[in-house]
Amino acid sequence: MAKLETKPAGETLAHKKLDIQKLLAPAALVILYVFFSFAGNNFFTVDTLKNILESSYYIGFMAFGVTFIIITGGIDLSLGTVMMCSALLGAYVFKQLHWPLIIALLVTVGVGTLFGFLNGIFVAKLKLPPFIATLGTMMMSQGIGSILTNVQSQTWPTATEPVGGWFKKVFIRADIFGIKGFPVGALWLVGFFVIATLILHKTKFGRYVFAIGSNEEAARLSGVNVDNWKVAVYTLSGFFVGMAGIMYAAAYTTITPGTGNGQEMNGITGVVIGGTSMAGGSGTMVGTLIGVFIMAVLKNGLSACNLQAPWQTFFTGLVVIGAVLLDIYRTKAANKVKRS
Amino acid sequence: MGDTILKMSGIQKYFPGVHALDDAYLEVRAGEVMALVGENGAGKSTLMKILTGIYPKDGGTIEYFGQEIELHGPKDAQDKGICIVHQELNLMQDLTVAENIYIGRESTKGPFLDKAAQNKMTEDLLNSLNLHIPARTQVKRLTVAKQQMVEIAKALSYQNTKILIMDEPSTALTTSEIEDLFKFIRRLKATGVGIIYISHRMDELKQITDRITVMRDGQYVDTVNTEETSIDQVVQMMVGRVIYEEPKSHSNVPPDAEVVLEAEHLVSNDVKDVSFRLRKGEILGFAGLMGAGRTETMRLLCGADKRDGGTIKVQGKEVKITSPKDAVNAGIGYLSEDRKLFGLCLGLSVADNTALPSLDMLSGPLFVDDNKISKATGEHVEKLRIKTPTIKTLIRSLSGGNQQKVVIAKWLYRDCDVLIFDEPTKGIDVGAKSEIYKLMNQLASEGKSIIMISSELPELLRMSDRVVVMCEGRVTGELDIAEATQERIMTYATRREVG
Repeated sequence: MAKLETKPAGETLAHKKLDIQKLLAPAALVILYVFFSFAGNNFFTVDTLKNILESSYYIGFMAFGVTFIIITGGIDLSLGTVMMCSALLGAYVFKQLHWPLIIALLVTVGVGTLFGFLNGIFVAKLKLPPFIATLGTMMMSQGIGSILTNVQSQTWPTATEPVGGWFKKVFIRADIFGIKGFPVGALWLVGFFVIATLILHKTKFGRYVFAIGSNEEAARLSGVNVDNWKVAVYTLSGFFVGMAGIMYAAAYTTITPGTGNGQEMNGITGVVIGGTSMAGGSGTMVGTLIGVFIMAVLKNGLSACNLQAPWQTFFTGLVVIGAVLLDIYRTKAANKVKRS
Repeated sequence: MGDTILKMSGIQKYFPGVHALDDAYLEVRAGEVMALVGENGAGKSTLMKILTGIYPKDGGTIEYFGQEIELHGPKDAQDKGICIVHQELNLMQDLTVAENIYIGRESTKGPFLDKAAQNKMTEDLLNSLNLHIPARTQVKRLTVAKQQMVEIAKALSYQNTKILIMDEPSTALTTSEIEDLFKFIRRLKATGVGIIYISHRMDELKQITDRITVMRDGQYVDTVNTEETSIDQVVQMMVGRVIYEEPKSHSNVPPDAEVVLEAEHLVSNDVKDVSFRLRKGEILGFAGLMGAGRTETMRLLCGADKRDGGTIKVQGKEVKITSPKDAVNAGIGYLSEDRKLFGLCLGLSVADNTALPSLDMLSGPLFVDDNKISKATGEHVEKLRIKTPTIKTLIRSLSGGNQQKVVIAKWLYRDCDVLIFDEPTKGIDVGAKSEIYKLMNQLASEGKSIIMISSELPELLRMSDRVVVMCEGRVTGELDIAEATQERIMTYATRREVG
């Protein structure tokens, strides 16, 4: 009987705590946006909003993918170079080998997925630490991209090209719905955000991701085939990185071999700002999305305040430390309440 | 018996929303072993944390050698001669014994370490304590018991130690190692050190302690002379109610009951040709000393480790078990002795943990059915009387007994017919223990078959229908409960070769 009485009280308390936690990151995003609207020149415009969106696309896809990996307690350092490698090879088969654009897109996604699969095999089957395995594939993918393209820059079709001119219209912006320069990429981002959210929070796969990150051995002893699921996690992440390759290509057109190093940190930073624990076992996809937007707002906002790249890097670093400190403090506070 | 050297009286401690200690009292004399007992949450560790300067007290006085003192942090307590040996070993496994004992106060010669001097000091210390442990050995090469001794030696290496607190020092030790520990404690007593001994094992209190202080719900209950009291009385004081701990007199399982599980000639590194049968509705106890290969045998049954030979039959049919998944599919559920390491995802909710092995059944073609999970979890929370605010509560915040129940729920929901309980009441307080016992009996009467590994003989005798005894990887004996006694079990448990 007593149990029944305490139940509702406990529930409302838990809900309240949850609400505050859930609101923190979106609130930070809104505050930043409002702040820059006042502080920046021409920040509060539709164009800036489009810029914010467009600089989020490829980072968003990388971040969605690596969210799964980080929740399992792993890490992927190969995000950036694999993204470049896939975009590079996609452009290569399109421009040099004259394969149809649609095949080039499949190649791009395929290369990402393949590297993800490789990471999965290294980590889950060959038991390499994720840091080492993906450090290896980071270098390998960078090398492979350069070798196969003979260290030549590769270009994707621009909007005015006769062959494949639809590329940018489909992935970046197009004059549709009666709007000039409608940000089509946002539809892709939101679409895949929904898919990633459903996979992470609503499927068996997602539950296993959390279980593996929380306690891998307990998951294994519960009859979860941990190794196979981990391969699946890295492969799925690789697919998202391949998609990021397409979005990057659509935004920047020219892909230079030997680049991509450092881009992985953009993806990982988004995930961390979004409240996913590097120790694994907890995190949300919506947090990652907001984390990515916070970075994009920061980047565009600071440049609207005439603070250039070095300042953007500096402040992003500050935000990462602030976000994680806040998270640690919050977890500590929550634990204190629990213990009492 | 010596003079009173420590007197904590009227101690108060508040945490947000909780009155953790209310008028707590503890008195220790020189050269005595004072037991401090109470259920989990009774306030023992809070009181000890105040005594070792980790928490400040919110009220009351601490009298130490006749003078009222205030403790300013752990270092201060240590300087005053109050030392603690924690339940979990806090040694650095890769450092040597000497390096561990003198960590933070290394001997130096100029800017460099003086290892020779440090090793010499350590050897002198260990010799004076009659411990034969080489000072230069890496700690990880020592047995758990020896490591425990190193911890104690470390506490005593502070020259002026007058009060030594031991928090459940015997949990990881085998019977013979406990004997060594007790011998050691007796020698220590003779030097006039006052010892506070925290333990859940009632039989130990009889053997080693002089007086027993009982706490309940943050309050002082009573202090009694060990000689003049019985274990039942102490337990009653702890829980405030009577608990019956009588051995089972006869098996509840007819000898012709269906054989559910049959293990034949299991072999691995630590398991040497182990065979046994488990009948429907039976509780089969596994007795043995630490390292007898009981857990290792069970890990073969549940596919956690690689098996080198032998067959496993479930319901008369041979099953291939090469991974935990196979075992789960065959209906074998394993409740590890270390729930936190092997049994639960602490960061996930009660519902997620309960559903984990059964997600195959709880998922549609695409998504998991959260309504079904909630319903199933709710039913098990009720059936097993799991105390949790909601099913979304994180496992981490439940008590040990309730965590254990969630592990049980997870296997029940997976419809496992064979449940392997490995030390099911380890680290669980007396009240929750009897509830786990009740639950196991209930499950057995419902037709589940249970294997129970336990190092506590009274527990085995109380719960089992039959007892298998192992020693050094072999089965050395099998006893029907009607003929099982502690003495007989121990005889088999120490028999190196099969007769």
